[in-house]
Amino acid sequence: MSINSENNEGEKMETTTTPGSLSAIAAMHVDKKPGSQALGVGLEARGIHAWFGQKHVLSDVSLDFWSGTVTALIGPSGCGKSTFLRTLNRMHEFIPGAAMAGEVLLNGEDIYAPGVDVTKIRLKVGMVFQKPNPFPSMTIAENVLAGLKLAQLKVENKDDLLEECLERAGLWGEVKDRLNTHGGSLSGGQQQRLCIARALAVRPQVLLMDEPCSALDPGSTLRIEETISHLSSSVTIIIVTHNMQQAARVSDYTAFFLSDGGPGQMVEVGSTNDIFSRPKDKRTENYVTGRFG
Amino acid sequence: MSSAQVTERPALPAKREITTRPRFSDRVFRAVVTTGGLSSLVILGLILLFLLINGYDTFHQQGLHFLTSSNWQAVVSDSGKVDTANSHFGIAAMLIGTLILAVIAIAVGVPISVGAAIFLTFYAPPSIKKIMVTAIDLMAAFPSVLFGLWGFFVLESSAEYWAKLLNKFLGWIPFFKLPEPYVSRSPFIAGLVLAIMIIPIVTSISREIFAQTPLDRIQAAYALGGTRFAMLRAVAFPFARSGIVGGVMLGLGRAMGETVAVYTVLNIVYQVNWQILFSAGGNVASMILLKFGEASPYEIKALMAAGLVLFILTLIVNSLANLIVSRTGKSGR
Repeated sequence: MSINSENNEGEKMETTTTPGSLSAIAAMHVDKKPGSQALGVGLEARGIHAWFGQKHVLSDVSLDFWSGTVTALIGPSGCGKSTFLRTLNRMHEFIPGAAMAGEVLLNGEDIYAPGVDVTKIRLKVGMVFQKPNPFPSMTIAENVLAGLKLAQLKVENKDDLLEECLERAGLWGEVKDRLNTHGGSLSGGQQQRLCIARALAVRPQVLLMDEPCSALDPGSTLRIEETISHLSSSVTIIIVTHNMQQAARVSDYTAFFLSDGGPGQMVEVGSTNDIFSRPKDKRTENYVTGRFG
Repeated sequence: MSSAQVTERPALPAKREITTRPRFSDRVFRAVVTTGGLSSLVILGLILLFLLINGYDTFHQQGLHFLTSSNWQAVVSDSGKVDTANSHFGIAAMLIGTLILAVIAIAVGVPISVGAAIFLTFYAPPSIKKIMVTAIDLMAAFPSVLFGLWGFFVLESSAEYWAKLLNKFLGWIPFFKLPEPYVSRSPFIAGLVLAIMIIPIVTSISREIFAQTPLDRIQAAYALGGTRFAMLRAVAFPFARSGIVGGVMLGLGRAMGETVAVYTVLNIVYQVNWQILFSAGGNVASMILLKFGEASPYEIKALMAAGLVLFILTLIVNSLANLIVSRTGKSGR
């Protein structure tokens, strides 16, 4: 655990001025204290390495994710942050030739242990992808409930679940009158929120987001960020983003990844406030201040 | 508009005609590909015309009986003159036989083909996939007379056993009844041979469609805790459905038009037979082959007419299938 939770305790900034810098945006955050976390709860990555064929793309990343927090993974392209994200719910192994080492503990149990049912892991660790990918053959309602069908889960009241998930994803108001139209009729931002609602319907403990806003316009991005803020009280969120403002706005913790030509490594992790205002590593400082990347 | 009082819109300019002058090389290439594209249409049209001209007399003399009766008698008097009044041509039995054989071929061949395509796309390890794809492509190029001979000499004996089993346990279904215990060279066996002949084409088309299933949707299904089977049902099938129907159409075309294999395997009998296990049947194409060798010029005209009917039947079935595809829609795409 390398997150330094001692810093900024109680440093609640009530700023009314428009924040001009990333550090100012990050400082607007109320840092969440992970102190209430019991041992063996949440998601922990231990010494993760990843390979594609012979290529070593990620080296020795250890990172813990506290329940109810948002962690942003930032870094230039090719630094292994998306790969790292995909090791957390075993989507990594879909790529032919992909391999990994290390452990990912979900509630204290290794998700890569032999005999683990990978579909159960993915129910607990959901994922939202870069490109909105609703199922075009299904209606909006069917899309939200698709996970139940896919995982053969039974639910008492589907209508309640449908409304709850769309509400949590911030989409209910916009689609409640056309739940039986096809998902493809929505705008890109709405589709992405539909995908979030779909991911929430199976009640995941953790939600992985792989650059969820990179294909969206600023307005839709804002709506998604609001959604993330609302969700963070009930779901652990890990978000990969190229948008540092976004990382500063939505996350409680930020991890900076970098590759120096070899495998990607995690350079630094800390509270978002620290990473953007007083990074310990010179490379992090250069990156968050926009000197490279 | 700045004012609400404005009632008359400003006159819109006339639309300009947008043209471009293609380069010489472009025009030459255009001419070449247009010729290629149109030639298939022209050839098809000429064949249709040929059949129409030659078959016209028969249609004229037999009328609707040509489609509804099952007589085939070309009466020639001793002097070698055709007795048109007593000659009867009707292909009902062969038309029904054509449809029965095609249905058997589709019913047996399509599930196997789609299963094979799913296996090759989503389950097979790369090395096995490569070998199987080559084998299936080779199967598509296999001459149909060899399928026929194999069906006659090899498949026949085991298929007779299956036919008896079907009759024993499903004999209460009219199609599986046997009026007499003759099960050799039945439509059932010929249909199985046709099924094997359509497998390569349906498999390779289905496989190509399945391979195009968008990766992001597949990943979405897996990321929601779906098993591979659940993913196939939610994502791959809706996406591939219309393409598979297209592949089935091609298979159907082959099954309906197949001549030599059916001729070799099937006991061609000139009567309507719905009992697929019974040793009697036929289809239009094999009937033409059967009669063609010893047909008088007069009878040949009737065969041409039969060919035309087969042509139109194939056309109708294909258009129906296209209609189904466009109805069920591209919603999964």
